[in-house]
Amino acid sequence: MTGMRLDRPDERGRFGEYGGMFAPETLMPALEELAHGFADAWADSGFAGGFRELLNTYAGRPTPLHGADRLSEEIGVRVLLKREDLAHTGAHKINNALGQGLLASRMGKTRLIAETGAGQHGVATATAAAYVGLECLVYMGEKDIERQALNVMRMRMLGAGVIPVTAGAGTLKDAVNEAMRDWVRTVENTHYIIGSAVGPHPFPWMVREFQKVIGEESISQLEGERPDTVVACVGGGSNAIGMFYPFAGLPGIDLVGVEAAGHGIATGRHGASIGAGSPGILHGARTYMLQDDEGQVLEAHSISAGLDYPGVGPELAYFADAGLARYVSITDQEALEGVDLLARTEGIIPALESAHAVAWVAREADALDGRTVLLNLSGRGDKDVEMIAAHASEGS
Amino acid sequence: MSRRCLDGLFARVREEGRTAFLPFMTAGLPDPGTTVEAFTAMAEAGADAFEVGIPYSDPLMDGPIIQAASAKAIESGMTLRGGFEVLGRVVEATGLPALAMSYANPVFRLGPDEFARRAADAGACGLIVADLPLEEAPPVAEAAHRAGIGLVLFAAPTTHDERLARIAARRPVFIYGVAELGVTGERNRMSARPRDLAARIRAVTDTPLVMGVGIGTPQQAAALAPYADGVIVGSALVRRAIESPDPIPEIAAAAAALAGALSGSGAPK
Repeated sequence: MTGMRLDRPDERGRFGEYGGMFAPETLMPALEELAHGFADAWADSGFAGGFRELLNTYAGRPTPLHGADRLSEEIGVRVLLKREDLAHTGAHKINNALGQGLLASRMGKTRLIAETGAGQHGVATATAAAYVGLECLVYMGEKDIERQALNVMRMRMLGAGVIPVTAGAGTLKDAVNEAMRDWVRTVENTHYIIGSAVGPHPFPWMVREFQKVIGEESISQLEGERPDTVVACVGGGSNAIGMFYPFAGLPGIDLVGVEAAGHGIATGRHGASIGAGSPGILHGARTYMLQDDEGQVLEAHSISAGLDYPGVGPELAYFADAGLARYVSITDQEALEGVDLLARTEGIIPALESAHAVAWVAREADALDGRTVLLNLSGRGDKDVEMIAAHASEGS
Repeated sequence: MSRRCLDGLFARVREEGRTAFLPFMTAGLPDPGTTVEAFTAMAEAGADAFEVGIPYSDPLMDGPIIQAASAKAIESGMTLRGGFEVLGRVVEATGLPALAMSYANPVFRLGPDEFARRAADAGACGLIVADLPLEEAPPVAEAAHRAGIGLVLFAAPTTHDERLARIAARRPVFIYGVAELGVTGERNRMSARPRDLAARIRAVTDTPLVMGVGIGTPQQAAALAPYADGVIVGSALVRRAIESPDPIPEIAAAAAALAGALSGSGAPK
């Protein structure tokens, strides 16, 4: 039974059973203000038009839709790449960061904070902050600071402060916690630019609205052609929901979200919140997550910092239950092979996150025979080169 | 809606011309073997009721001290079941009322009814859920009511008056007045916010008001006492449980100083 996509969440901020506002009381007035502020801005053609214009003049949109001929030939499946890696700062994250940065300015906030995993959202937020002229502080897990040193340097060059987070495993989940804690203290003058389609309402809806340009542009660039399969990697899921939403519910299109299988689902060391998790409440929203029987949050694992997250955006959870999308997973090793494959055949080094989507298409090539696959190449891999090299030398 | 399990306590302290002292301690601190002792020491020092922290992996309303305490308790094997057991032993040993403090995910993981029933069976008279605002509270409030216990709701310096009225209308056990912006933890200075908030809450409701977050010293507690039915102190006590080599006497001394500061405060306004 396939449900319908929802233009916006209900008045309780829910997509079906998922979403909501599980936040400390201190933040609730700010979330209400943000929901109204965003709805008001998004309905204002001046704001919405200004945002679209800025994406084109500043962020490098529209990003190309590239027919990956040599990859297609190698694996025997026709693949089209949506080149979000060519957006300014190297990933789709800039769409959301600019949208929220403009909104924060419009709402009179003077300070921006963000969490980051791989560092791409941190860089995008630091960029947006510099563009709109606001102070910026980014929370980043210390493990991620280590594995994404290049992005840490970029954030600092852009004038942002980077605060290491030592709690938990020192990854994305802990960085979100710490950014939320900052926001509880500073909510009167600060806007929290959450980096994925996660968090309490209105964040998942707002982030999807800022990211749906990915799917909308793809539809326009396809000039009437319909892909059979649309695939994107899923951590929190902002690139996936941005690509999927405009396609959701169109007949005959298979939407496939690729989660991180890490060391393998059976090892318990993975980031497959939908594939191997259960519904719970994480970072303000009811969604699929990794947890134990008593509701303690489990640590995720992925070679890619951006997929190393024990939850997922509530709308993607709704898509799972509604049958609008299906979710699969790819291991660390397969993702590394995905990087290699795309680099060799297309001259594109993808981010480790996006390489999960590449690897899935390659692995499932037989099943995809005769189909056209639209793949969201969400980010570029410069940030991962050191990590990939380290694995290559271990393997050899 | 919910039974106001602490009404008797608040009436009594009011008659005695003082403000109730509600210390918070994470179940399992200083360690699993001495945790009940920490509570009994605070009872002897003048506590009126307890907030028993059931440790959670991702306590996003808590500052570094209670985060560290939660992580330490979980590492030492403290579970939800273990936390309720500690609460039960504390109630039995001290005869004082206790509220179980947790986060939304454990509550919904067990299911609000099961969570509330377990808390009630252990002897809790109410629940405090740090990330459960008014909008998401109904299923937990109803489950608590069915289990014969109550739910606490929060009001913060950012909460506007119209929202305060809606919070009060839910008839919580008490309104937890979040004294300062930010997460739990000690502050060097107290702002004007707690008094402003207390005055705004008093203006819309006679629901008992207990202030917490950012209150750590006897001076800070005494300064707020005239405006509240009760004061919660957490991090200042938990810090001693974590840092001190001989924590029980230190917790007892700190608790006694806080209770003393609240005892001569005069009836709350």
